[in-house]
Amino acid sequence: MTVQLTHFSAAFVFALFASIVFGITHRETTRDMVRYGLYCFAMFLGGVLVAGWAMWLVRR
Amino acid sequence: MANSTQLKTKPAAEPAHVSMMAVVAPAIGWLIPGAGHIIQKRWIRGVLLLISIGTLFGLGLMMQGHIYRANGGDILDILGFIGDLGAGGMYVVTLAMNGGQGAIAFAIADYGTKFMIVAGLLNFIAIADAYHIAIGKKQ
Repeated sequence: MTVQLTHFSAAFVFALFASIVFGITHRETTRDMVRYGLYCFAMFLGGVLVAGWAMWLVRR
Repeated sequence: MANSTQLKTKPAAEPAHVSMMAVVAPAIGWLIPGAGHIIQKRWIRGVLLLISIGTLFGLGLMMQGHIYRANGGDILDILGFIGDLGAGGMYVVTLAMNGGQGAIAFAIADYGTKFMIVAGLLNFIAIADAYHIAIGKKQ
């Protein structure tokens, strides 16, 4: 079985699961875990979008 | 007299239990991601870790990612091997089934290779977390 992901969907999946692990392992309380997980997810995906647009600008 | 005996024996019994769990939890957590949390009754955390790390590794395999072996070759291969090794049981089973043998010939396969390395590295973090719970440093 082979899976074909686009660059963005691969980044999305990566960000989702890495954020879950970061949230669980880096914070003490459930509330803090959720908040930190969401923060990491936003930073991962935000970084992808910013880097993507930066490369688009450089390419022009 | 009986009270003084209890006072002496009780603190001695607890560290023995803690040190046992401090060894078992990381070992089990390495073999099966999240199991180090599950055996310490952190059910939800353990299941989430299992799903997250297991899915990343599985997707990496399905994307025809490459599994690194302990061949002592290129430094990047060694680092890749260390990352993959963190996945523990999944890495061993994949090697035993001759999985992850494809060449990294296209972008998706490269993503898959990185997915599996990151899954192993995330499992190292989960193992450290299980250890911290076992020694009482974290709830």
